[in-house]
Amino acid sequence: MTEHISVLLIIIPLIAAPILVLSNHAKLSWIISLLVTIACAYLSFELLADVQQGNEIHYAMGGWAPPWGIEYIIDPLNALVAFIVCLIALATMVFAPKSVEREIETHQIPLFYAAFLLCFLGLVGMCLTGDIFNMFVFLEISSLASYALIGLGKNRRALTASFHYLILGTLGATFFLLGIGMLLAATGTLNMQDLANLLPAIENRPLLHTAFALIVVGMALKAAIFPMHLWLPNAYTYAPSTVSIFLSATSTKVALYALIRCLYDVFSFEYMLNSWLPQSLLLIGTVAVIYGSWLAIGQREVKKMLAYSSVAQIGYIVIGIGLLSDAGLRASLLHIFNHALMKGMLFMVAGILVYRLNSTDYRSISGMGKRMPITFGALIIGALSLIGVPGTVGFISKWNLAQAALAQQQWLVVVALLVGSLMAVIYCWKLIEVLYFQPATKSRIGKVEQGGDSVARMPVGMIIGLWSLAVLCIYFGFNTDVTLQGAQKAVDALFAAQGVTQ
Amino acid sequence: MQDNLILRVMAKVLIPVILIYAFYVQFHGDFSPGGGFQAGVIFSTAILLYALVFGMDRAADVMTDKLLIALSAGGLLLYAGTGVVSMLLGGEYLNYSALASNPLTGQHIGIIVIELGVGLTVASTMLLIFFSFARRVVSR
Repeated sequence: MTEHISVLLIIIPLIAAPILVLSNHAKLSWIISLLVTIACAYLSFELLADVQQGNEIHYAMGGWAPPWGIEYIIDPLNALVAFIVCLIALATMVFAPKSVEREIETHQIPLFYAAFLLCFLGLVGMCLTGDIFNMFVFLEISSLASYALIGLGKNRRALTASFHYLILGTLGATFFLLGIGMLLAATGTLNMQDLANLLPAIENRPLLHTAFALIVVGMALKAAIFPMHLWLPNAYTYAPSTVSIFLSATSTKVALYALIRCLYDVFSFEYMLNSWLPQSLLLIGTVAVIYGSWLAIGQREVKKMLAYSSVAQIGYIVIGIGLLSDAGLRASLLHIFNHALMKGMLFMVAGILVYRLNSTDYRSISGMGKRMPITFGALIIGALSLIGVPGTVGFISKWNLAQAALAQQQWLVVVALLVGSLMAVIYCWKLIEVLYFQPATKSRIGKVEQGGDSVARMPVGMIIGLWSLAVLCIYFGFNTDVTLQGAQKAVDALFAAQGVTQ
Repeated sequence: MQDNLILRVMAKVLIPVILIYAFYVQFHGDFSPGGGFQAGVIFSTAILLYALVFGMDRAADVMTDKLLIALSAGGLLLYAGTGVVSMLLGGEYLNYSALASNPLTGQHIGIIVIELGVGLTVASTMLLIFFSFARRVVSR
């Protein structure tokens, strides 16, 4: 049965999505999606626990033996990322019902949840598959679903944001596909383990280099790594709240996982060492941290500030990948997990603001800190975590990253880490100042109906979703064994496959 | 175009032929080039031709939005469901050999059912896209 779990994670949402469309019932579709995400979160946890015992699960789709058929290979690395995606999906679904009711037209709600499940299954599929073309297919499934989801935002700018993302996302996916095509031309296989075995012997190096470059650029576009992040701020800002929670916490992370998988597993460690990529990743990551934080400081809108902060946080993950060491990669994986928790939580705060105040603009939320203590209590935890204060998850990953950088004497990176954290203090403080130390304004926002001076009641689901992530943020900030070991095992599995001894 | 006699007569002749060709491509797909995607597109062109010649409204009377949405979801469900059935019968997901006692028969059954699912989804999605854009032009 355990080997079926890997494929069940994808089948359950795949079956549920058309059922939602057929049911065409708003309330029912939420209940079904909630059940689906609960089941998937449980199954992915089982999978993670199973894989961490040291088993590697192989599942031949349709009974066709690999490398000809599509094979699902689960190791501690992708089980970890799949678990993150399922966990965030569950938290998002707990949070969702009232927010979706408010932001999406009633007749579109079943379609909304169906698209959400398709996006979710695409992301999980990208993690679990061991076939590089299958990875592209899942990438497209999740991307197409997310374009639709972003376009459903209430603000008309959601459409342009979605279109912008569609163009850039399709470009990225096309680069990735071209790279895959070249790998197929060079080796005749699409199975990632098979590719890894065949690539060192390939004579045609220019072809291989081109494929490498295309795959890196394609995935970097989807992961919003610094110069290719332009789609991200608007997409996250104008998407419906539920969508920005889920996408901000998972979609770039899964693309980063795909990048790690392609760089370290398909192309070997030695291949990377001989290219200029590690240095440029370090440089790009450093610039991303400073640039993203700098733009975040200038924002006057919660969601946009969080989106630019995401650009900066992705920079930390990229730095970890570029360090090319055991410790660096571990820090990256930790940050993938930790950043998913805190960004998911912070976007939930933004979602609650939209729900209760109909705005996330600094001018209309000023002075609300005392009136919405539950929401902004969580916001402060998230802000401390973004800064990297000890006792929160943000500290753990930054500490690990700093140690990894110090071990390699990458002083530039260490300085960037410090400066980035200081800048995080500034952009978080600006928001907190607006919330707690400025007089409350009685705001009217355009034609959008809003609660006047009475703040709408907070739905229970939102509190549960928000605070479960907030508690996890603190819990994993103190109890680091679980996450650290999970990341360590993932890195070990990756390096063991390479035959690299630490 | 509704008052163009030649077009109307030719459309009446062509539509059944197109439909039959669509079914041929659909069900002969496991022996010859073709399959669900191509068949779905061909099938939808027959309806498109009808809509262009006899008017949107008359086409939409038969192919209502509700029906099309149900078909597009149903096709996907048929595809995914076949995989689950093969899993319940003891094979891997989408392992058609488990569908019948003879693996070869199983493969035939599996591919036909799955391609039918693909055909349904593709045909209805094509029509949905056409209707949703055409309606915007008409209402303007």
